Amino acid sequence: MANKKWPETWQEFNLGGMVFSPGNASEYHTGSWRDQRPVLDTSKCIKCGLCYIFCPEGCISQDADGYFVSDLDYCKGCGICAHECWPGAITMVEEG
Amino acid sequence: MSSIVENFDLYAPRLVDKEEYFSPGHRACQGCGEALGIRLMCKALGKDTVIINATGCMEVISSLYPTTAWRLPWIHVAFPNSASVGSGVEAGLKVLRRKGRIPDRDVKAVSIGGDGGTVDIGIQALSGAMERRHDMLYVCYDNEAYMNTGIQRSGATPFGASTTTEPAGSASYGKKAWKKNVPEIMVAHNLPYVAIACPSYPLDFMNKVKKARKIKGPSYIHCLSVCPTGWRLPPNLTIKAGRLAVETGVFPLYEVEDGKYRITIKMPEKLRPIEDYLKIQGRFRHLGADEIKMIQDRVNQEYKKLMSKVEYLPSWSDLQGE
Amino acid sequence: MTKRVGMEIAFAAAEAVALCKPDVVAAYPITPNTHIPEHLSDIVADGRIDAEFICVESEHSALSACCGASATGARAFTATSSQGLLFMGEVMPIVSAMRLPVVMAIGNRALSGPINIWNDHSDIMSQRDMGWISIFASNGQEVVDMVIQAFKIAEHREVLLPLNVNLDGFQLTHVVEPILFPDQEEVDRFLPEYEPYATLHPDKVLSMGTLGMPEIFNEAMKAKDVALINSKRVIMEVWEEWEKLFGRKYEPIQGYKTEGADVLLLTMGSMDETAEVAIDELRERKVSAGLLRLKLWRPFPIEELRNAVKSIKVLAVMDRAVSCGGAAGPVCAEIKAALYGEPNPPAIVNYVIGLGGRDVTVDDFITIAEKAAQAEKEKPKEAYEIYGVRGS
Repeated sequence: MANKKWPETWQEFNLGGMVFSPGNASEYHTGSWRDQRPVLDTSKCIKCGLCYIFCPEGCISQDADGYFVSDLDYCKGCGICAHECWPGAITMVEEG
Repeated sequence: MSSIVENFDLYAPRLVDKEEYFSPGHRACQGCGEALGIRLMCKALGKDTVIINATGCMEVISSLYPTTAWRLPWIHVAFPNSASVGSGVEAGLKVLRRKGRIPDRDVKAVSIGGDGGTVDIGIQALSGAMERRHDMLYVCYDNEAYMNTGIQRSGATPFGASTTTEPAGSASYGKKAWKKNVPEIMVAHNLPYVAIACPSYPLDFMNKVKKARKIKGPSYIHCLSVCPTGWRLPPNLTIKAGRLAVETGVFPLYEVEDGKYRITIKMPEKLRPIEDYLKIQGRFRHLGADEIKMIQDRVNQEYKKLMSKVEYLPSWSDLQGE
Repeated sequence: MTKRVGMEIAFAAAEAVALCKPDVVAAYPITPNTHIPEHLSDIVADGRIDAEFICVESEHSALSACCGASATGARAFTATSSQGLLFMGEVMPIVSAMRLPVVMAIGNRALSGPINIWNDHSDIMSQRDMGWISIFASNGQEVVDMVIQAFKIAEHREVLLPLNVNLDGFQLTHVVEPILFPDQEEVDRFLPEYEPYATLHPDKVLSMGTLGMPEIFNEAMKAKDVALINSKRVIMEVWEEWEKLFGRKYEPIQGYKTEGADVLLLTMGSMDETAEVAIDELRERKVSAGLLRLKLWRPFPIEELRNAVKSIKVLAVMDRAVSCGGAAGPVCAEIKAALYGEPNPPAIVNYVIGLGGRDVTVDDFITIAEKAAQAEKEKPKEAYEIYGVRGS
């Protein structure tokens, strides 16, 4: 909630409560929710993209080398990627 | 795990549209199967879509003023009317395009709702919209209870599941009625296309969405949305639970096109025992051997019935001109 | 050229809607407004207008479909009465909050209990707080005029609010009257094509109907309330323009023989015309009585009301609905609230009349005016009287 900016006055309230910035929910970093974090062992990763497909946040994407990595700003630590990873390249590690 | 490797090209996920139409930063629970379903559906639909969303989990977690997770045009009005608002959107887009007031381009109206907004309170609007043959797709994200308001029982809650309004206790084993079969209700509306899907089989789901989008008329997809919070299982088992639902025959993935039934993913020769599915979920933990047997028997019956439909029921086209 | 036609008013309302070239009509039949959607569907079926007529399966779906259509930028219309209005009740405040200019014709009919298909105002009175502009017609000509004005008012960029035109069920809907219809060219010049503020379309992506946390809900309601209050200015402008174009004058409160009156009756809807005949009769008898016809219900014309009752002694307010267990009928409560604190307010008596379609006659109004005159000296015993009810 800390990231959100409420409109100061009623005059600033968008007509009809419409939101004109598609996807601006991404201003809120859900990464603060997690208590465990995915760690990728690139030696095992076969770059299949299953983790990218199965992530409910849609925060996994390919880096410059083609490995699929999680964006820790949004990762909620659900562990689906680690559970589904074929070669077991992803491990969930306790935060903090 | 083995069936999933045999059944799709392992590298296909990399070929899926990279655009995220449902942005991260949404407030769904960890491991939410429904959020995953939405994300995949949007990828399959593409940008020329208008989403009409009933009140429910997905609407609430994605659209907190002044933010929105949606990168597609989106409207939410109320709980029971996703299909009727969708009818209005479809009609509006149709007439405006005809009158030349919007670009001459196909834009699909896609109404989505949870099982609450589809199976129970929204069934009237859904039935009406489908009967009127609007050119729209309806996707029901079925997490088998009114999850957004705290896991209350819905018509889509499975037999024996414990929910907050029909809980298990010393005098009750949870839901006493079987799950309402809305896909069959949709088939009875003679829709050109009805499909059952689950994000645990992502490419199957996305192909069904793409197929439905191409239909010039009404179509319906029923998507099993695993809810770790409401089903009481660890969030990392979301995909596995969906897979087990399919492999035990609880939720076989099929489609009905022109009245012809077809199973769309390779089912195991012998269905896995129902315990495999029930035991990983806290909402079924209270079930005794008797109830489990009742469920197993029923699942077997329904599966056989479905299989006989697949084998014997002709399509509408087959029956033409007899 | 304006045409003078004798037509059933419900049909005339449909013709007026057709002149406005709606894009989407989604309506569910309910007595007594059924003839409006029926005739509109005839007009669409004959190809006289190019519109999508959605035969929805309920009133809830009717308003929802209009909502969806309006959100895409289409001009949307629906019609209903009584129970139908209640059934779409869930969507009513949402349409106004989303600032969608849907126009609705309401054939006012009693709310059930016991079920009754005839005229009273209980249906619209249950929707007072929903944020819609509400206008009342007294006769067929006003219905036609107001329907055409409705689209212009609702779609005005400074308004963008839904609007309902109220016509009494059976008393107006099923009555044949001579009506002057503007022709298509005149309406086209008066009513431009709908230019929506924002639409649902992939070319400009937006989200409508988002969730409002407590942190912004007050601001959202204030914005809506101010929009409704300020819409009066646009309504007056549109009425002024209408008078210039067609010679027919509309005001939030229209007086009839009010000069020097001691007693004023206040009515809404078709009973205005019956009351006028009663006033004529009373004036013949040298009784100083007059009539106020309330046309604009929401936004409530506070200033105009205060001015209208400045120098009178008694105001007799007719309510065509009962606010059970309330301190006054719905209209009277509003009027008392508007006059509270004013210097030298008139004595106010409140009569609830004509519930469930019971006929209100000229004699009834004469009796009411005479009884009202007593109120100056003798305060009435009850807060309101259900006039003509049998039994003491």
